[in-house]
Amino acid sequence: MTSHLLLLVFFAVCVAIVMAVLQKDDRPGQIRLALYIAGGFIGSALVLGWVLYPLPL
Amino acid sequence: MPARPDPLSPPVSVYALCAVGWLIPGAAHLWLGRRDKGIIFLVVLVLLFAAGVYLEGRIFPFQVSEPLVALAALANVGIGLPYFVAWAAGAGAGNVVAVSYEYANTYLIVAGLLNALVVLDAYDIAIGRKP
Repeated sequence: MTSHLLLLVFFAVCVAIVMAVLQKDDRPGQIRLALYIAGGFIGSALVLGWVLYPLPL
Repeated sequence: MPARPDPLSPPVSVYALCAVGWLIPGAAHLWLGRRDKGIIFLVVLVLLFAAGVYLEGRIFPFQVSEPLVALAALANVGIGLPYFVAWAAGAGAGNVVAVSYEYANTYLIVAGLLNALVVLDAYDIAIGRKP
């Protein structure tokens, strides 16, 4: 697997699931928190990627 | 909300619980009767570690002369039994030119660190600090 996006999504989902299950006891709360964490990971990575794109790094 | 388990009699049971939880991710929660949580931790953490090995990540050696490498090795050990299985199988040599190398290293390190968090969570439940 060489897609950076897929590697990122896989990592974000795994970490989000573990953190959500640690923090919440009820299933709806776990799902909401997992989606929030995974969305935060993926969204911030995409935003940072586009912000850094024009820079000559 | 699951029923609150009786606190384990310290210290031997709690230490044994932490040891088992470290060795097998999620086992401490299974021991405490948190079946769903235990199974989720077992599947996700082992999957994350296995993906790290499959994607040609490196299981770092304990090198005192390289503090960051030693810390990464410590994080790797956090996953418990899968670490020793991978080590015994000769996996985790790492391929520095692989596209997924850095991702895989992150997977391996984070899987170990998350398992440490899971063990601490089980400890809190066992001593009655967390419902």
